[in-house]
Amino acid sequence: MARSIKKGPYVFHKLLDKVLKAKQSNRKSVIKTWSRASMIIPDMVGETIAVHNGKTFVPVYITENMVGHKLGEFAPTRNFKGHSGNRKK
Amino acid sequence: MARIAGIDLPRNKRGVIGLTYIYGIGRSTAKAILDKAGIDENVKVHQWTDENVREISRIVTTEYKVEGELRSEVQLSIKRLMDIACYRGLRHRKGLPLRGQRTRTNARTRKGKRKTVANKKKATK
Repeated sequence: MARSIKKGPYVFHKLLDKVLKAKQSNRKSVIKTWSRASMIIPDMVGETIAVHNGKTFVPVYITENMVGHKLGEFAPTRNFKGHSGNRKK
Repeated sequence: MARIAGIDLPRNKRGVIGLTYIYGIGRSTAKAILDKAGIDENVKVHQWTDENVREISRIVTTEYKVEGELRSEVQLSIKRLMDIACYRGLRHRKGLPLRGQRTRTNARTRKGKRKTVANKKKATK
């Protein structure tokens, strides 16, 4: 079910603080987060956010098109490299 | 001859069914269109008067996105998903289901015809 509009988009509060601070200071630094469920909001555009995929932090550069998606969508948790002996193609 | 949105409608079908031959119009949209035009949905396509046809095509072209326009919109949304490299975009690229369905078996609609892997060992009992 979709989230209630009254509540607004979900963004983990600590992440939101960091994003707003980074925006003010205008310094380009990567923001690490575990919060894959946070929605990408317009304030994040232009920032680089390192999203945890369960093992490492995947740097994601936020563009305008990504607004409305969740951070986790950009940091795949499974990385399929192909079956053994399937090197052709 | 009823020709709407560049599509020839089947002559011997009921109005609601005939309209669904247009890409982007299903049963409920077809019903809404005919209601709006004030035509009974059971009237066959070849019994529509020229007046009716004109009214229907006016409604279809002004209020609905159909055929080529709709197809290109769908393609654009898919392209957007692929460009931003989100999970759904990656699945589109690989031709796998997007919505968390199982792929160990089934998923043939997305994956296409079975490709047998040579020398794959059967599970030993």
